[in-house]
Amino acid sequence: MSLWQFFAQNRAEVLQLTLEHLWMVGLSMAIAVAIGVPVGIWLTRRQVAEKPVLGVANVIQTIPSLALFGFLLPAPWIGARAERIAVLALVLYALLPVIRNTYVGIMGVDRAVVEAGRGMGMTGRQLLLQVELPLALSVIIAGVRVATVISVGLATIAAAIGAGGLGEFIFRGLAMVNNVVILAGAVPAAILALLADFGLGLLEKHLRPA
Amino acid sequence: MIHARGGTQAGRDYRQGLRERAPGCENRRAGSSPSRTFMPADTHPDVAVEFRDVCYRLDHGATLLHHLNLAVRRGELLVLLGRSGSGKTTSLKLINRLLEPSSGQVMVEGRASTHWDPIQLRRKIGYAIQEVGLFPHFSVERNIGLVPALQGWPRQRIQERVRELLQLVGLEPQIAARRPRELSGGQRQRVGVARALAADPPILLMDEPFGALDALTRAELQREFLALQRRLGKTTVFVTHDLREALLLGSRIALLEAGRLLATYTPNQFLHAKEPLAAAYVAAFHTGNSPQGGA
Repeated sequence: MSLWQFFAQNRAEVLQLTLEHLWMVGLSMAIAVAIGVPVGIWLTRRQVAEKPVLGVANVIQTIPSLALFGFLLPAPWIGARAERIAVLALVLYALLPVIRNTYVGIMGVDRAVVEAGRGMGMTGRQLLLQVELPLALSVIIAGVRVATVISVGLATIAAAIGAGGLGEFIFRGLAMVNNVVILAGAVPAAILALLADFGLGLLEKHLRPA
Repeated sequence: MIHARGGTQAGRDYRQGLRERAPGCENRRAGSSPSRTFMPADTHPDVAVEFRDVCYRLDHGATLLHHLNLAVRRGELLVLLGRSGSGKTTSLKLINRLLEPSSGQVMVEGRASTHWDPIQLRRKIGYAIQEVGLFPHFSVERNIGLVPALQGWPRQRIQERVRELLQLVGLEPQIAARRPRELSGGQRQRVGVARALAADPPILLMDEPFGALDALTRAELQREFLALQRRLGKTTVFVTHDLREALLLGSRIALLEAGRLLATYTPNQFLHAKEPLAAAYVAAFHTGNSPQGGA
């Protein structure tokens, strides 16, 4: 049986697992941005915290994903549903690139421009929203882009704890020793990653200041 | 930021000597509250900005300004002249409270800068720096209209004001929609001046606003700015290291060296001054070289 035949025969399941996959990645990225961008901004105001915070985020990145999924199983509320574990783990992995790029992006804004804004009487909040964030946005999006591409790949492993997604096909194919079934999960996941990379890349380019 | 750059060995020795001869700022704690220092009560009503025994030192100890006493009269254009690291820019930033004095007070409109709400203070003071200060992601119109927008002017009024200012600084109205990167250096600088004037502030601070321009454009802008300043009568503090610019624009010239005010002169007095550094400036001016060797 070829890959195309498999897709044709299992259209509904392929679609459902793809949507599950997208949902896991989308939700976890939204949460990671909602946490990571404010933390990154905070670090630019409390630069002593930069090393410890980025250090912790770095350590989280080094935990093997399968182990992290396992660690979270006994956690209260989170551990009750496999999808919750998956989303939390993906958020943890996405935090480092999002926090780091927010921090680097804002610190990289021309100090003369920021000082001109202060000198003309902008408040800290006005400076942040009208000057620093807009000028750092393309760098922040670049971090989100990296995090998203990593998440699409990592989310396939979430199927190991029963969280669904395209990893279902991969693990099923491994169990059946059937390459076509493995590819049925791997190829759509790769396409998702490429699309996310391309789309966010366009956005990044569009937002880049002069 | 000020970077105390070397210059000649003789210059370094000279400045080192100045630092050693006059202690005071160095011995004072940076944290001591300026308001506790004794100060005479009122500023003369003709004085817009006054430095009263102002010291400024960095946290790690370097002193950038030593006991500066200087009054800027209402409506005059005072030039702060000196080389890199002499304390010109530091003095300017003390006026709009981008920096706060380590001791002494900077009186603005009769009130110490530290007693002003910094946001209100800065919106009363136009601020123009070298071209980098324009917001690259804002159109010319939004750049110029920034302070009025911060003050909550209605859109219509901001638009009218921007059109008025573009005309005032000699720019075409079509330029309003462009981004700063689409302008020439001279145009950008005109926009910078227009932005500083936008909310009609009584005081203007200009930090080498024409420094990055070619000689011809600079001369053109200097002439126009002089005419503009005479017409508008803004109290202006203008930082430069260029004596030609200082002589052309200044009603008075304050000569700074190594964080100390050496003297203030009218342009005419400056040309005949006995003070060695002033004389060196004039000599270099006549031979066509600036004393800091270029720039």
